[in-house]
Amino acid sequence: MDHTPPPFFKRGPAPLVRLFFFASLSLALLVIDARFRYVEGLRTWLALAAYPLQRIGTAPVDFAARLGEYVSTQAQLVAENEQLRARALAYSQDAQRFQAAQAEAEQLRRLIGAAERLAVRATPAEVLYVGRDPYSRKLFIDRGAAQGVRPGSPIADEDGVIGQVTRVHPLVAEVTLLTDRDQAVPVQVVRNGLRAVAFGAGASGMLELRFMSAVADIQTGDRLVTSGIDGTYPAGLPVASVVRIERDAEETFARAVCQPVAGIERGRYVLILANESVRPPLPEEAGRERARKSKPRFKKDAKEADAAR
Amino acid sequence: MLPARSQILMPVRASTILGSFALALFLNFLPWPDVRVVPDFVALVLAFWCVRQPRLVGIGIGWMIGLVADAGNGVLLGQHALAYSLLAFLAIWLSRRILWFGPGLQALHVALLLLVSQGAAVLVRLAAGDPFPGWAILVGPLAGAALWPAVTWLLLLPQRRTEREQAI
Repeated sequence: MDHTPPPFFKRGPAPLVRLFFFASLSLALLVIDARFRYVEGLRTWLALAAYPLQRIGTAPVDFAARLGEYVSTQAQLVAENEQLRARALAYSQDAQRFQAAQAEAEQLRRLIGAAERLAVRATPAEVLYVGRDPYSRKLFIDRGAAQGVRPGSPIADEDGVIGQVTRVHPLVAEVTLLTDRDQAVPVQVVRNGLRAVAFGAGASGMLELRFMSAVADIQTGDRLVTSGIDGTYPAGLPVASVVRIERDAEETFARAVCQPVAGIERGRYVLILANESVRPPLPEEAGRERARKSKPRFKKDAKEADAAR
Repeated sequence: MLPARSQILMPVRASTILGSFALALFLNFLPWPDVRVVPDFVALVLAFWCVRQPRLVGIGIGWMIGLVADAGNGVLLGQHALAYSLLAFLAIWLSRRILWFGPGLQALHVALLLLVSQGAAVLVRLAAGDPFPGWAILVGPLAGAALWPAVTWLLLLPQRRTEREQAI
């Protein structure tokens, strides 16, 4: 005679068993994600599932903004119109000078035989929300793989660089901000062309130039722009300005703390800059090297080093 | 004999649970200046339903919501899933005890739950190589626990009957 309980007492496995099951599943996912990055497909599907929730989540804000626009008074609109017209006038002057300067620069580059710079395509996007993670600085925009966003594309606003697309989902894309601890951007000092790499400083919302030579010619107030030598960021986009330089007498290196010029933590509209056309062709030697991929590179390097000696 | 349940409530509707999670998600997506001191509203709502309706909302649902939160926030897949399944387990385990107390003491229990869940997430990030985000990380769970009485009042609102109905 068996003593199975009637079905209405059945409650499935004990909570502790369930916890053990789901915790081990989470740990397995964590290890797989952190070590091998095998679960990007799953992440894409989950992001797609989360998309309507995100849309619902941000819909009240949009609605409030639209309502605010609708009931804004005429006086406000007139004032804003005037302001925008004045700004457009100022910009148009800049744009005219820019065209002349660009033509001149192109001519000069042709004279010295340098490669011509290609135009950068920019797509506008709207910031959906900011990632809720105290360890990293990320935001999410409303353009994804369906709209042709590629991983690695630089993101800018009207003042300068904001960050880079690090993950692309079907309808949204994840942007890592310049201030993220793991984000680096190659920069150049406008005043003298000094090249450096700016790293994010994390929670402080600043950028850092680490391991600069102690005698490097860099001053407080220097403006930094992208140098473009990485082939990811187009050259000449404003990045930051130096606010403080820490030169320690005991250390060999100087550290420059910089304030980003773009509205990294604010602003709702950004530009996605297409990066595929920016990349210059590989130099001849490197191209040949890449063609002979089967050959181990270390041997060749060692041989070259021997020859140099 | 049940001080916290002095009033007999109507059965909960699934739409109430879904709506509360959507609202919590919306609150989490708001552009907060410093996310460390802002409570995790999804965790709070999950704890609430696990305490009140342990048969409807359990560890599995917590785990799935955690996965969606991971993908939505672009963090390591499994971080929120682990934290939320732990939170759901503790909330179910303590649910009978928690409901015995008044709002203040309930909030103290919930503070403990949220702190443990946050601690699991911090441990995961430390193991993944991120630096410690500072002690301000403890403020979020405590703020969440402080909101517990308000959350209880708000989320039980659809289940309460009007005075007239009670008289009948």
